[in-house]
Amino acid sequence: MPRGIRGNERPAGWLFVAPALIILGLFMLLPILMALWVSLTRWNGQGSPFTGDVPFAGLQNYTRLFTDEGLARQDFMTSIRNNAYYVLLVVPIQTVLALALALVVNNRLLKGKGFFRTAFYFPSVTSSVAISVVFLFMFANGGAINAILSVFGINGPQWFSDPRGLIHLAFGDQAPALLADHSLLGLSWWDWLAGPSVAMCAIITLVIWTTSGTFMVMFLAALQNVPVQLEEAGLIDGASAWQRLRHIILPQLRPTTFLVVTLGLIGTWQVFDQIYVMSQGNPAKTTLTPAFLSYRTAFRDFDYGSGAAISFVLFLIIVVLTLVQRRLTRERD
Amino acid sequence: MIRTLTSRFLGYAILIFFALVFLYPFVIQIANAFKTEANAAANPLSPIPDPFTSASIERIFEGTGFPTWLGNSVLVTVVVTIGRVAFGSMAGYALSRLQFRGRRALFAGLLALMAVPPVVLLIPKFLVLNQLGMYNSYSGLIVPLLADATGVFVMKQFFDSVPVSVEEAARIDGAGVFRTFRSVVLPMAKPALITLTILSFTGSWNEFPHTLVSVQDPSLFTLPRGLADLVSGSLGAGTQYPLKLGAALLATIPVAIIFVIFQRYFVRDAAAGSDKG
Repeated sequence: MPRGIRGNERPAGWLFVAPALIILGLFMLLPILMALWVSLTRWNGQGSPFTGDVPFAGLQNYTRLFTDEGLARQDFMTSIRNNAYYVLLVVPIQTVLALALALVVNNRLLKGKGFFRTAFYFPSVTSSVAISVVFLFMFANGGAINAILSVFGINGPQWFSDPRGLIHLAFGDQAPALLADHSLLGLSWWDWLAGPSVAMCAIITLVIWTTSGTFMVMFLAALQNVPVQLEEAGLIDGASAWQRLRHIILPQLRPTTFLVVTLGLIGTWQVFDQIYVMSQGNPAKTTLTPAFLSYRTAFRDFDYGSGAAISFVLFLIIVVLTLVQRRLTRERD
Repeated sequence: MIRTLTSRFLGYAILIFFALVFLYPFVIQIANAFKTEANAAANPLSPIPDPFTSASIERIFEGTGFPTWLGNSVLVTVVVTIGRVAFGSMAGYALSRLQFRGRRALFAGLLALMAVPPVVLLIPKFLVLNQLGMYNSYSGLIVPLLADATGVFVMKQFFDSVPVSVEEAARIDGAGVFRTFRSVVLPMAKPALITLTILSFTGSWNEFPHTLVSVQDPSLFTLPRGLADLVSGSLGAGTQYPLKLGAALLATIPVAIIFVIFQRYFVRDAAAGSDKG
């Protein structure tokens, strides 16, 4: 680059980045460091956490989550279990649904592509809080969902007050002795295997409904880059629609599929807004997630140290997933 | 021939079914906002309010904090959008074009910040606002949102994709960095600026978790915060669904309008999301 005509750009460079740098530094970087300190203390919200008066806890806030028997570990493990079932259902379903919708919308024989793309995408731009209010109404006792179910002769559950896990429901209420007697990290095997509760299923439905559209648009963009000749070659060779999808289109979509799955994994471990509005972790803690538990521990129980520790464990889970995603994206490029 | 016809029919059937699945909740929302409470409870699925009443909408304005929340939301959104567009384009330009030491390190730091999940910042943000004496104030509500890492990144990517020649010409003519930025670079960056404006607008209008840890006083609530309070606060005291749905509806309208007008920018954002990470 010809430095002569550009002159010295150093002052201008720093001046241009200064506002963003100050705000991001002050409200992202600094807070993370402060919280790291607080997670090592027993600060209760009174006064400043950065004085000598605040009791130092060392790593206790962290070890309590994993090794010490007690309510803290039980709640944390419950939240991990709930979130894991949530991830296990949301990620595959939204990925498959997004892909299927993209394939149908992309069909050259069909018109109105623009309209359907808009319709499927719209839910994802609306406010999570506003949409949670709508779903709260739809899943209410005697609400829209149960009205639809009753058409098919199904007696809908009381969604948000039903803590029963789906797997428990499928295999009966009685815990076999083997599962009830063994426990892992503060929860019995039987509890680990509960499955997502009925209440959690309502939240899972909402989230799949809001995010599928975004991922569909990603698949759609990728589909438009699949060379037409490839598909035509398959057609000439007499491949069936299913074979073309399986052996021609899906391999071409692999990078996008990886991306959608990892973005899904990263996003689903952060579920918070919907939980806050719809269930607050209830019923019987079956919709408690690490994000909501960390909030509740800090701002309701005034145990900021433990709350911050939960945040950092969650942070670690998500950072690992993000690194995996970035690696995969780089390999693609 | 028959096969194409069947597959076409099947395709439309699938599309229309899912269009209903994705759009009918909004129909339910609109219809029930204008129903009486009894009617909403008895016929939640019906798209037609019978009898039609705007009583709930009137109550939203007269009996809840809605006007305050609306005012705060407008204030926050306007200031935050201006801030994000201005600071994002400046920083993005510097990171893409200006030669200065530390630039690479700054960009690496930016990528690292983008990986920080917002929900883990709840407690950290509260700590810093509390420490700086900004908790429970307009400055606490607004200032932390004024710049976002993704916005800077989007602008940097955009400037990376534009050839330098035009700016070089201006620079040869003797214009300084600031003049070149204002009169040559910004006009050229219009599409990216529109994208960033839309991202910032929807992002700050819908922002919820930050309001939860930055303010406590109901007179400082924005719409999402007020709405969340309305729903979780009054759960015991009757359902009042028409009122809640109406308030949620009113909070959705501005984003819906922006979406309809600038649709292609939204879709492009999502498609470009593949490189954003």
